[in-house]
Amino acid sequence: MNRELYDKLIFEYSKPGRQGFSLPRRDCKDVLGSIPAGLRRSNAVNLPEVDEPTVVRHYTNQSTNNFGVDTGFYPLGSCTMKYNPKINEALAADSTIAALHPTQPADTVQGALELYWRLQKALCTIGGMAEFTLNPFAGAHGELTGLMVIRAYHASRDDRGRQVVIVPDSAHGTNPASAAVAGLQVRQVKSMPDGTVDLNDLRDKLDDSVAAVMLTNPNTIGMFERNIPQIAEMVHAAGALLYYDGANLNPLLGVARPGDMGFDVMHINLHKTFSTPHGGGGPGAGPVGVREGLEQFLPNPRVVLDAEGNFRTECTDSALGRVSGWLGNYTVLVKALAYILTLGKEHIKMVGPLATLNANYIMHSLRDLYLLPVEGPCKHEFVFDGLIDKSQGITTLNVAKRLLDYGFHAPTIYFPLLFHESLMIEPTETESLETLDRFIEVMRSIALEAKESPDMLKNAPFNTPVRHPDDTEAALHPKVTYDEL
Amino acid sequence: MNTYYLPSHEYARVEGNIAYIGISEYAAKQLGNVVYVDLPEADTDIEAGEDFGAIESVKAASDLFSPVSGAIVEVNEQLLDNPKLVSEDPVTNWIIKVEMSNPDELNNLLTPEAYAELCAKEQH
Amino acid sequence: MRYLPHTPHDISLMLERCGASSLDDLYSDVDPQLRFSGDYDLPEAMSETELRRFFKGLSGKNQPMTCFAGAGFYDHYTPAAVDSILSRSEFLTAYTPYQPEISQGTLQYIFEYQTMMARLTGMEVSNASMYDGATATAEAMLMAVSNARRKRRVLIAATVNPAVAAVVNTYAHWQGIAVEVIPEHNGVAMKEQLEAMMEAGDVAGVIVQTPNYYGILEDYGGWSDICHRHKALLIMNSPASALGVIRTPGEWGADIACGDAQSLGMPLNFGGPYLGYICTGKSLIRKMPGRIVGATTDEAGKRVFVLTLQAREQHIRREKATSNICSNQGLMALHTAVYLSLMGPEGLRRVNELGADGLRRLAEGLESTGVMTLQYPGQPVLNEALFKVADGYSPQMILDTCKAKGILAGVPVGEDGLLVAVTEKQSPEDIELYISTVKALKR
Repeated sequence: MNRELYDKLIFEYSKPGRQGFSLPRRDCKDVLGSIPAGLRRSNAVNLPEVDEPTVVRHYTNQSTNNFGVDTGFYPLGSCTMKYNPKINEALAADSTIAALHPTQPADTVQGALELYWRLQKALCTIGGMAEFTLNPFAGAHGELTGLMVIRAYHASRDDRGRQVVIVPDSAHGTNPASAAVAGLQVRQVKSMPDGTVDLNDLRDKLDDSVAAVMLTNPNTIGMFERNIPQIAEMVHAAGALLYYDGANLNPLLGVARPGDMGFDVMHINLHKTFSTPHGGGGPGAGPVGVREGLEQFLPNPRVVLDAEGNFRTECTDSALGRVSGWLGNYTVLVKALAYILTLGKEHIKMVGPLATLNANYIMHSLRDLYLLPVEGPCKHEFVFDGLIDKSQGITTLNVAKRLLDYGFHAPTIYFPLLFHESLMIEPTETESLETLDRFIEVMRSIALEAKESPDMLKNAPFNTPVRHPDDTEAALHPKVTYDEL
Repeated sequence: MNTYYLPSHEYARVEGNIAYIGISEYAAKQLGNVVYVDLPEADTDIEAGEDFGAIESVKAASDLFSPVSGAIVEVNEQLLDNPKLVSEDPVTNWIIKVEMSNPDELNNLLTPEAYAELCAKEQH
Repeated sequence: MRYLPHTPHDISLMLERCGASSLDDLYSDVDPQLRFSGDYDLPEAMSETELRRFFKGLSGKNQPMTCFAGAGFYDHYTPAAVDSILSRSEFLTAYTPYQPEISQGTLQYIFEYQTMMARLTGMEVSNASMYDGATATAEAMLMAVSNARRKRRVLIAATVNPAVAAVVNTYAHWQGIAVEVIPEHNGVAMKEQLEAMMEAGDVAGVIVQTPNYYGILEDYGGWSDICHRHKALLIMNSPASALGVIRTPGEWGADIACGDAQSLGMPLNFGGPYLGYICTGKSLIRKMPGRIVGATTDEAGKRVFVLTLQAREQHIRREKATSNICSNQGLMALHTAVYLSLMGPEGLRRVNELGADGLRRLAEGLESTGVMTLQYPGQPVLNEALFKVADGYSPQMILDTCKAKGILAGVPVGEDGLLVAVTEKQSPEDIELYISTVKALKR
């Protein structure tokens, strides 16, 4: 790679007269000139003028500064960075799908609607739910949609005083943020030392102002919420609904179903549990499932199979409204269905147990050097509270940055907020024993470095394309476009 | 001159019927490098307990609440260009200046001693 | 199973390390009553060949057509180089760039994307992208409400895409924000009505669109003054491609530019993934939802990129965050950056010119049939217009007849309207076929 030549921004390759486009030639008789001048932009857009080879080389070089799941082990806790199968990409790139306009009449898109419907049904059986919408674009969008379902349900019973969502103090920040966007207030419930919900505190906080309780299970430290049947009973007795944040669904594949645990509404992150690529932040998908009796509140449009065996979309007045232009991030749905069909009923059951095995294996292999704040078998992930030996002042951030030098992505750090030095590790089921062993070996040698050469460790990383970016400067004087440089 | 505190770490330093409002040294230390202070407009009214802006460091952000009611007569515009002043000296570098409409409200606030006790507790 | 590397030997070795005798042991804390012991209602595992056959079967039940439908989503050409770069797995299989040291690829293309979108909209700053145009517009509304603090009314022009308005209304409804419609006349939003509605007070934001739902380039002269006089924000939605030639939200004095960037060569894909954008002025940057990438320097003084202004986001501010959005539409932002790099100013102008020329040819031909005429003749349009279907015919009749020829004739609007769009992809022959098909209907 030639960093000297290609370490630039695309604007820096621009030269007037260069072009990278290919368009039909046709005399357009200055059609744009017939638009009144006051409605046209006064100057041409200042976009780079670059040829195609330069564009391709620029972005290809940029890609090599990135680390993805295909590059190596990516144990980013709560993000489920599992392998993204290639066949899924091939199937989603189908030119027939690419050409379908979202407003096409139903009889011309029966295959597309059938695919949506089949994925709905697959998620129903996996989640133990009665019905799913696949329209939400991401996990956070699914949460928002799910909370709107809950509000629509309470409104339909004319129970309008329910304005509060209870979330555990260990919850991800997205839960309270989604509640606020859904127009609800947030009440926190305390966690026990092991991260599970404090039942007494929950009892005190449940009353007739509560619309819903949001939980992840396993919780954010990877522990199964043993008291879930009791929690469900308490929540329902208070007239509220129980919401399942599907961020941690992976370890439950083949083991348990949110619907069977008493959850009323749930979302699933297809980009976590169902292997669709994270794309540097998106597109993802956050389908929302509901138990029987709540289907009518799901957002418009919905895909239904009519009595004649035809698929069509339907909009109803009982729905919470509309959360997306159309039927969600459609090609992401294609990939998720491909994954489910590839695993089939037999192999999908292996996902949860093997993800859990991988996590426990790492936990047991490192707990003599890293502080394990909560005992017990973890599920798909677990949290260390930094090194056991903190005498040299080595922090979780130092450990994370040093991992980059050894060719691993860092775990999630400083979350959950329950511990000061949280280091949250989620290996997923697609990692081999050899990969885990090498990761363990590296984590052990970092612990040794913490003793022997702490000053070196505090300066990590050393082998990455850039080192120690100045975050304070970035926030103090934000420069967010090339024109500000 | 007396200083009073809210449990959310804002102080009101009182001179006559003017209160200078800012964040405590303890809060400034917790926040770390301040990179931005969201200031309200001058000549607007504010209620005790109402939020009037926000303060932001690289890793955290919090809303700012007014300890007293009244009219905001001045905002510290130096902070727009130089928010670090708050990290360096939060006491001299107040954020807003309020002409109090109800000085009796000061009785609802924490004394310096009570506030120090609260901070000591939070550290544990 | 090819995605699961574990041999039986690996499993027993690993279980031993964990002090467990079986995989079931690892779930000893799960109440047996909660255990799912049955079978999922799913087919048995498929091999790749079976899978391909299955999906081919589904595809065969779709009918791809020559697309004259638009309504905010346009059948533009995707250059092959875009697909090629998007398939780089270093981009595809990475997540949010939390570790800047090994994410400069993602961070840099987002920075380039932000620059291009700011320049395209004539605004100062952009975020790292949103889900789609409808949710971006809803988030823009929430920005306006949050900026105005106590004001709870939002106005939306009747000429805004109804799919966008529906999402705006849903978000507003559950937050108790009142959304009122500014009526239209002759296909454009009525400025005189705006004045009157603003006088009633309490308005946080005004949402308009250009080109509007009917394809008309609206004249928003004076709108920003009215909004600003009442301390409301002007929010302008535009399909991104058109901004290559039309007067920009920045030039109109809008406070927030938002919309869908699908028209920048993204495949239609039956509704997604697309990309929403939000651009605004520097003074509102901290009110913007979503990720933002900023430039800074590293230890060696080298220019590098990081996620910045994160303190306003959900993972730190929880229920006080400006939005619940966590991610962005990263890969589609990359699509946009690559597409705009390839097109450049001239390519983007030509795309708009070819679309406008196609529409003009089509409109002339259709007018000559007498079956379809422009609903708003004289109003300036770009590549899309609303046609009125003559008495004795119906939009459905036209859609059905064209379908038989493999043409998607447009999107029906009301009783007798058909919204028709043309892009560089529809050839003069496609346009001729549309015209002759409609002509053949004539009795």
